[in-house]
Amino acid sequence: MGLIQVVVAALCGVLVLVAAVGLVRDRTQGRAVLVLSGLIEVALLVHLVVGIVRLAGPHEVSTVTYAGYLVGVLLVMPAAIWWASFERTRAGTAVVLVGALTVAFLVFRTYDLWRFAGVTGG
Amino acid sequence: MAERVAVGTSSGLGRLLVAVYAVFALSATGRSTVQIATKLDEAPVPYLLSGLAALVYIVATVALAMDGARWWRIALAACLVELVGVLGVGTVSLLVPEEFAEPTVWSHFGKGYGFVPLVLPFVGLAWLRRTRPGR
Repeated sequence: MGLIQVVVAALCGVLVLVAAVGLVRDRTQGRAVLVLSGLIEVALLVHLVVGIVRLAGPHEVSTVTYAGYLVGVLLVMPAAIWWASFERTRAGTAVVLVGALTVAFLVFRTYDLWRFAGVTGG
Repeated sequence: MAERVAVGTSSGLGRLLVAVYAVFALSATGRSTVQIATKLDEAPVPYLLSGLAALVYIVATVALAMDGARWWRIALAACLVELVGVLGVGTVSLLVPEEFAEPTVWSHFGKGYGFVPLVLPFVGLAWLRRTRPGR
């Protein structure tokens, strides 16, 4: 995995932990969640730039699919934070947790797309 | 004639449910759009079913996110179609695996997605039962 993908995954891991603790302690999202989500977005912007640079070079991956992952993953945390902000119970914190897991999953998928491009003929 | 809704479908546990449905709406839409746009002739039936799954997830997400008796009924319909879809496509994909070589969200009962697509309609229906309007 690229350095930036490791960074994103690590930040998502921390956010999952923070959200899990919040879930157990029955808290709604706090400052830590917002800061971590902001850091994830910044890291994902770097991920986007790195991905675009890769696409500009020779590659076997489907450009549309790869670009779709690079851009799509940027929408997840803002959507999760927005949707959670209407919730007065800990379910909002669970939404943030699902968001962080989704970002991590999408980044792993992005890595797989690149790694297996051309290998399986797809 | 006002119908009373005891608990909205979008708050509490429903808040989380909508988020999970949204994730599936997004991923199924992305995958099926690519499949239908670029290689529909390779396997038309699974890919069209993939598109149907995406549509059902979108309808379920929106209907659960909205409160009110009408949206509750739409959500119920979507979850029932989803249940029939994942059980039907799951069964057929086991019987004729050669037709479902490329994974879709419902094939093999959602194995490629950690079987969440199999569990999700049951959770959705249980939640709709708890939030049934007019109680």
